[in-house]
Amino acid sequence: MKKSKKPFIIQLISAYIMDIQTLLLYISLFIALFFEVFLLITYLEVYDELSFEEKHIGTNIEKFPSVTIIVPCLNEERTIQKTLKSLLHLDYPKDKLSIITVDDGSTDGTLRKLNGFKKHPQISVLSKKNGGKHTALNLALEKINSDLVGCLDADSFVNPETLRKIIPFFDDLSVMAVTPSIKVHEPKSILQYAQKIEYSWGIFLRRMLSSIGALYVTPGPFSIFRTRVFKELGDYRHGHHTEDMELALRMQKNHYKIVNSHMAHVYTSTPAQLPALYKQRVRWTYGFLNNAIDYREMFFNKKYGHIGMFILPIATSSIFSTLYIIGKVFWANLMKVYDFFVRIQTIGFDLDISRLSFDWFFFNTGIVPFLTLSVTMLSLLLLYLAIKLAEGKVRFSKGILYYLVFYVFIVPLWLTKAVLNTIFKKQISWR
Amino acid sequence: MVDSRKYIIAFVITTVIFGTAIFVSNLLNQKKLEDVRSIENRVALDILSSETQFALLEETSCRDIGPGFLSKELGSLGEKLSYAENQTEFNTEDIEYLKRFYFLLEIKDYLLMKRLMKKCSIEPTFILYFYSTKDACEDCERVGYVLTALRDKYPDLRVYSFDYHFDVEAINTLVSIYKVKPDLPALIINGETYYGFHSVEELEEIVPSLKELIIRAKAV
Repeated sequence: MKKSKKPFIIQLISAYIMDIQTLLLYISLFIALFFEVFLLITYLEVYDELSFEEKHIGTNIEKFPSVTIIVPCLNEERTIQKTLKSLLHLDYPKDKLSIITVDDGSTDGTLRKLNGFKKHPQISVLSKKNGGKHTALNLALEKINSDLVGCLDADSFVNPETLRKIIPFFDDLSVMAVTPSIKVHEPKSILQYAQKIEYSWGIFLRRMLSSIGALYVTPGPFSIFRTRVFKELGDYRHGHHTEDMELALRMQKNHYKIVNSHMAHVYTSTPAQLPALYKQRVRWTYGFLNNAIDYREMFFNKKYGHIGMFILPIATSSIFSTLYIIGKVFWANLMKVYDFFVRIQTIGFDLDISRLSFDWFFFNTGIVPFLTLSVTMLSLLLLYLAIKLAEGKVRFSKGILYYLVFYVFIVPLWLTKAVLNTIFKKQISWR
Repeated sequence: MVDSRKYIIAFVITTVIFGTAIFVSNLLNQKKLEDVRSIENRVALDILSSETQFALLEETSCRDIGPGFLSKELGSLGEKLSYAENQTEFNTEDIEYLKRFYFLLEIKDYLLMKRLMKKCSIEPTFILYFYSTKDACEDCERVGYVLTALRDKYPDLRVYSFDYHFDVEAINTLVSIYKVKPDLPALIINGETYYGFHSVEELEEIVPSLKELIIRAKAV
């Protein structure tokens, strides 16, 4: 046989990196694998810390700082009462906890429901013309002089112990904000069960990002801040409809420490149907991309540590690599289906099981299938750890199945839309 | 500020996983090529053995020629090669070499088959098939399905497929003997050339001896 005279490295390059496309695929897979390994190492590093928090956090609080919770509402008549009641049931000294509700020009019965709580000593009710969530929050911020301030969306609910699981983190004077673990409130639809698993993954990711100081969102449901944050850095901004992301990035830019308490559980109502979920996620992704553009100087800037050097770049690139990988897989499978139909059209449908060969020769033994397998196995391992962290134990549930099956198909929808909106500078709406 | 040790560890682990994937894939692909190579060697040996037998038995009757006279593995060899050809991971030079060998084996088998037919006056049950991998040839793919289906239905049918543009002198000679135009796909049955797509039923019509094959198979 004729031996090739090309040097090995050239052979390797020409044999394996056929073109730019394959190269892109390899880079995407490498980054995905790297990120997963990174998360796994981080998990092992903080394992003891997590166990300690699970056992002891919030059990022995000596000094209770004063806290104000702002509840901005826009047409939330269905859930607002439950939200306020959950706040009133917080296991926290009454004289240290006050609640300010702000009606942002609701057109339903929200204000009436709020007025029903007016006489409650802990609650004050404000009302204004509609101007967006950030304006409602800022109106309340003007009236606050407590040590800490938080926000709770009017479709979210807290456990009685949630605040107690957050407060101890403020013993560290450098901590400026603490974010909670967000869970799905009473899932009913298939999509909500799938989101429940997705949120578990979010809980895990946030806890890991917290330990490397790289949280880039202080979520609307029950993130608690030192009041001085707003005095020093200014009020909430519009932030492309994601004011919670903008604020977190602004804090990171000013080296204000944000941590996460994974034991502080908050339950939020999630979209039950695809159109609402799609809209919400387009808003989140669009918000992320545009805030990332606004804070671009943090990218690859050593001054900002893990968040600048690694997390923001990888979060941004993952949007594109997810689209690329899913697009490629989708295209390949579409071609297979097309070939299958051509075959059926040509020779008819004859599925003779006895003739199906299970010769290993016809299994794809390329590099990409092995890499995809590695990425998938690590993803499943991380998902296992995530559910364990969020739920305390892992049980196989239908949510896992829904999540694994459906998300692959629906995630590209909102990623594409958000990317297109960003490219064409098209504004998006809240709802 | 950034703990670079963690990044280095993560990078090393990722590189090891990546390297392992490349190594395992390479190993298995090499094994596949070995597989094809060893089938080719077996087929070559089969042909040599049949030719020798044929030469020895020149004077004897056709009854001495048993059912295993012609190599059985040409079909599956072709399938494996065409699968490997469509995978990007294989070394192109290796594939080219194996293809060249395969085409030559096909031609030798074809010649042997023809001699057998002449001596024993058997109806021809073979098809020469010319396809193209150079230009887009949608019908080639469809004819490929039809021929595979035919071979599944009539295991004794011998289909010899040739890449029209592949640079093997013997293929060029075949092309000029049968005057095959580059108007692919082209099928040669009983000395006649048929261009374009033909369904399973049409080919069954063109090759009446196919039906005999079934009868013969049943009799055996």
